[in-house]
Amino acid sequence: MIGEVDPTIINLTVFVLAIFVGYHVVWNVTPALHTPLMSVTNAISGIILVGAMLAAGPAESDWGVWLGAVAVTLASINVFGGFLVTQRMLEMFRKKDKKGSA
Amino acid sequence: MSANSVALAYLIASVFFILALKGLSSPLTSRRGNLFGMVGMTIAVITTLTVTKNWALILGCIAVGGTIGAVVARRVEMTAMPELVAFMHSLVGLAAVFIAIAAVNNPVSFGLPAVLPMGSKLELFLGTFIGAMTWSGSVIAFLKLSGRMSGAPITFGGQHTVNLVLAIVMLGFGLWFFFSETTNWTAFAGMAAIAFVLGFLIIIPIGGADMPVVISMLNSYSGWAAAGIGFSLGNPMLIIAGSLVGSSGAILSYIMCKAMNRPFLSVILGGFGSEGGTAAVSDGTQKTYRSGSADDAAFLMGNADSVIIVPGYGLAVARAQHSVKELAEKLHAKGVNVRFAIHPVAGRMPGHMNVLLAEAEIPYEQVLEMDEINSDFSNTDVVLVLGANDVVNPAANVPGSPIYGMPILDAYKARTVMVVKRSMAAGYAGLDNDLFYMDKTMMVFGDAKKVVEGMVKAL
Repeated sequence: MIGEVDPTIINLTVFVLAIFVGYHVVWNVTPALHTPLMSVTNAISGIILVGAMLAAGPAESDWGVWLGAVAVTLASINVFGGFLVTQRMLEMFRKKDKKGSA
Repeated sequence: MSANSVALAYLIASVFFILALKGLSSPLTSRRGNLFGMVGMTIAVITTLTVTKNWALILGCIAVGGTIGAVVARRVEMTAMPELVAFMHSLVGLAAVFIAIAAVNNPVSFGLPAVLPMGSKLELFLGTFIGAMTWSGSVIAFLKLSGRMSGAPITFGGQHTVNLVLAIVMLGFGLWFFFSETTNWTAFAGMAAIAFVLGFLIIIPIGGADMPVVISMLNSYSGWAAAGIGFSLGNPMLIIAGSLVGSSGAILSYIMCKAMNRPFLSVILGGFGSEGGTAAVSDGTQKTYRSGSADDAAFLMGNADSVIIVPGYGLAVARAQHSVKELAEKLHAKGVNVRFAIHPVAGRMPGHMNVLLAEAEIPYEQVLEMDEINSDFSNTDVVLVLGANDVVNPAANVPGSPIYGMPILDAYKARTVMVVKRSMAAGYAGLDNDLFYMDKTMMVFGDAKKVVEGMVKAL
């Protein structure tokens, strides 16, 4: 029976459940870390990189490949920039841990 | 890799993304969370490489983008985080549009039928228009945040009507696109162009201090754009990651709206800032205030038992966080109990003040959220307000005031209030702040950093 279901419906199922997961996880984020939350979600939305790679990666190439290549570059800026700046910020919160316990 | 293995690897990556956000529930687990995020992304990219060709091109582009990202991440000043975040939202939006165009051009390379079915067209339409709006909206937000464009709201008559008409025309193009037998580029391009324009139009009427809401909202949009592309490509990982980001941004917008007492719906629709513009209220009477020097202020704080510092956007503009740290240490050495009170919308993005204080290595036990510290103001000797205004305006407790109902930091309850400000100019809401005219208030005029440095010297 599940085989007859339109894939869009299955995607919709995933979508709705993921929103619930996101809702519950994000409410638990401490307000002090809201800026790192935004930068790490920046990095995670860089997951669009996967779509960009598919656009840049077909065997027979035309102008769509170049569009994909630009998208890969843009998304990579997000992925690397997002994770690294988050790491840099979180390190700052760590320095205080050491001082606090010392 | 077989389609099933790819799907399973994507599932693992999705779980890592969820764990990344979960880690942020405490500063102690947050770095591990970020690491989980990187692991998830690595799995996703390597898995995708196994199903694509053109490796040299793809890896080259990743190297270029990655280098740019790494350099920016290393160099950016913490005071400029809001701009960086806005900039990155715009990239996701633009990438989403490019991917959608590529998918319309060559559906087969994405595993879609050569002639796009109606459902795929709808999904591509959604991905494109959310992506386009995210891009242009974020560009405006970036320009406003970085001061390259005035932060003042830009409004004109019939703004909402224009937006509505454009939205309807865009839907028209969308329908034309759905019902065309072949690939209708005219309809697609018209729809994308209008979405770009709408993104601009929705963000220009929004003023500077509303930026925490705007930036959270665009954060949310960028997530939905990724999810939209996930639907188009039938890729559950993109849908999950996009939804996580989308709901995160939506929750942050909600928290920011609540902290400003604005209705959520009007913010999401982008129609705010227009009614606030006329709110400048002045009863015309000359009110008197007391002003003092940094030395006077330092003397008062040095003799106090407890001091609460309320930082605002002025602290970020003046880059005064390191001087403030010195001030707090000096006071601490004199046996003064120094704490920081953070209003949720202080600064230009959620958590902005916390990051600046963390950068200056101020211990986070001393940094308290509004709910944690508000009841302590009445037992506090001195409150030092640094470049904040509306978030400490007692007018929020007066029925009929434009900001009535906004939760504020109860700075006015302290025994002495000191306000560091550049001038007597009204805050963003265009309201006079009665706090400045109270008998126990002393105004210290000047740039936050210079004033704080003066205080440190005097101690």
